[in-house]
Amino acid sequence: MTTIEHTIELPDFSKPLPPREGDRVIQFREALREAMSEEMRRDERIFLMGEEVAQYNGAYKISQGMLDEFGPKRIIDAPISENGFAGLAVGAAMYGLKPIIEFMSWSFSLVAADQILNNVPKMLYMSGGQWGCPVVFRGNDGAGGQLGSTHSWCVEGLYSNVPGMKIAIPSNPYDAKGLLKTAIRELDPVFFLESERMLGDKGHVPPEEYYIPFGQARLAREGGDCTLVSFGRPVHFCMEAAETLAQSGIECDVLDMRTIRPLDIDAVIESVKKTGRVVVVDQCWPFASVASEVCTQVMERAFDWLDHPPVRVNTEDVPTPYAKNLEAAYLPNAGRIAAAVRNAVGAK
Amino acid sequence: MSHAAAELKMTTAPAPRTRPNTGGRSSDALPAATLVQWLRDMMLIREFENRCAQAYQQAKIGGFCHLYTGQEAAAVGTIAATNPDDPIVTAYRDHGHALARGMDPGACMAEMFGKATGCAKGKGGSMHMFDKPHWLFGGHGIVGAQTALGTGLAFAARYEWEVLKRPLANPGVTGATPAKKKVCLTYLGDGALNQGVLHESMNLAGLWDIPVIYIVENNGYSMGTAIARGTTMAHDLTKKAEAYGMRGEIIDGFDVIDLYDAFKPLVDWCRENQKPAFVDLKTYRYLGHSMSDPQKYRTKDEVEQFKSKDSIDRMAHVLMNERKNKDSTPVLSEQAFTDLQTSIKEQVRHAMEFAENSPVPDASELHTDVYLNPMPNLSPTAEYRHGAKNPLL
Repeated sequence: MTTIEHTIELPDFSKPLPPREGDRVIQFREALREAMSEEMRRDERIFLMGEEVAQYNGAYKISQGMLDEFGPKRIIDAPISENGFAGLAVGAAMYGLKPIIEFMSWSFSLVAADQILNNVPKMLYMSGGQWGCPVVFRGNDGAGGQLGSTHSWCVEGLYSNVPGMKIAIPSNPYDAKGLLKTAIRELDPVFFLESERMLGDKGHVPPEEYYIPFGQARLAREGGDCTLVSFGRPVHFCMEAAETLAQSGIECDVLDMRTIRPLDIDAVIESVKKTGRVVVVDQCWPFASVASEVCTQVMERAFDWLDHPPVRVNTEDVPTPYAKNLEAAYLPNAGRIAAAVRNAVGAK
Repeated sequence: MSHAAAELKMTTAPAPRTRPNTGGRSSDALPAATLVQWLRDMMLIREFENRCAQAYQQAKIGGFCHLYTGQEAAAVGTIAATNPDDPIVTAYRDHGHALARGMDPGACMAEMFGKATGCAKGKGGSMHMFDKPHWLFGGHGIVGAQTALGTGLAFAARYEWEVLKRPLANPGVTGATPAKKKVCLTYLGDGALNQGVLHESMNLAGLWDIPVIYIVENNGYSMGTAIARGTTMAHDLTKKAEAYGMRGEIIDGFDVIDLYDAFKPLVDWCRENQKPAFVDLKTYRYLGHSMSDPQKYRTKDEVEQFKSKDSIDRMAHVLMNERKNKDSTPVLSEQAFTDLQTSIKEQVRHAMEFAENSPVPDASELHTDVYLNPMPNLSPTAEYRHGAKNPLL
């Protein structure tokens, strides 16, 4: 009889999180880098692999300097073979390593779909609990900026349909670091969705070590008239809309979900019971989207508290256009969000 | 022969022996008991698969069921050349590899019966034979998908030795034995030759000197498509290896001793030099692709022709006639062979009974083994739990 235990240690979440406010202001990409580097210093089993992560210092400079610190055995430039290196990570994780796989864009993860959807989330189940697959896949998700249809994928709608992995989608540097550190310490596979449009965003990231637990939404703004639910980049559009709405006396709760699986629906329900209205903002297409899921769960669990049907604000249901004006019209934005809220509260 | 039949005719007749017996063969050093064990392993697989076919016809096994009958020497001869801490991964025709690697036949059969005592607690089925204590990383159902996994297993084994310089948990390593150089055997069928993931994997392995051996169990057909109808350079698959900068060998998979003698030096070379390799292992399956295959793509004559060089018959003949003890008696007597047959039938009968009598998974097992670290709100409809311990662990 042989017993082989998983040796990755979950972080201690009992410590209170450090303050979000402060003057150690760094970029989102630096927060990601700090998370990876700190964990890599702690555990030699962790390696980073992806296109241009090493010698090029990262296509988006997230891994800048990491090759110098950790060397080519742990910061590994992969050829353009997403299916190959995603699958390599599956084998390496089963063997006992902790791979971080960078997709230059989640759009490119589609060519690795078999590995990341068939093998990654199902390995534990298929093997009857013998092998998990603790890989962190991370990269840019969502429309970048006039990249056209094939390079603008928001994969959370597609991928959250599959049980077996966890999905995190931070909206700011503080959360990015804390969530990525947790992702790296997870026993389960994690899909970590960043946004090219936010990598230069700056914010306070505390110097001390912290881990943000999965499944805990952040109340980014408080208000009693309507609940705005979002995750990732559109959280900023929600904040912008809430600011505008406040000028006309409409106050919103803005919930930044931070993780989609697990989804902190309890926080949403709690807010909806207060406001009676919910608008879910999601940068995926509307059909079978995370927004649809949130609306469904709200109706299942808080129907009697609703004063208005739950509302979705998604991207328009078309392939992503190239032209700047069309792309802007395609994405959720503060104007559309504010209009949806006004409609829900009956203030036209 | 009709035109269509001619087109479908298998174009890769078994290769001649690639290693003439010129002495100094790896197998010469092996004790007779090891060779008898190989025969036993092959006979066990044959008997096991025969009983699987019956159980499938009785609807005790569901889903897809791909039998290994005819290919026994391939798994037995290659696995014999590995160490217990070398990782192994294979495709969906996996019962043979599981048994050759040492999986309990009861756990293997119970898995197919969908029982809680199966190697995957009844959640995997015929195509998903996982055995952690024997360092067998599955059984994989999507053609070629396991080739990337095998590349990753070998990558990790090399990383362990080069970067960590300490052994990770590995059932083949006892106590504090330091990490050794390892190789990963990655099996695939000839159908997987045409999957992109194999080519990406081989490119990575060649590029980074990953000690993985891709073993193409070339039985001539990907389901009903003869190899030359599906892949280029079918007459010399080693050209594909050449393109990825790795050593390629054609090995006759019908004589388990020849196979071992050709394969063992390759494993040793890959291990020592930490390099990949590719093997076109000529073999043949006697039965259909799966249990529902009418086999109209090949002739009965062709099947009979291959059966005439059956690897089990051949090995039995060698051990009962050619290999001699010091006192000139054959290493396997008629009586010992009969006893072997009896004991294997008994062993497989026990496995069948074990599978038959085992309980089905508890209903609560539906929601276990989805997450190692379950937490609230992972699903709108399910609450995931930790499940029963896997019977193999």
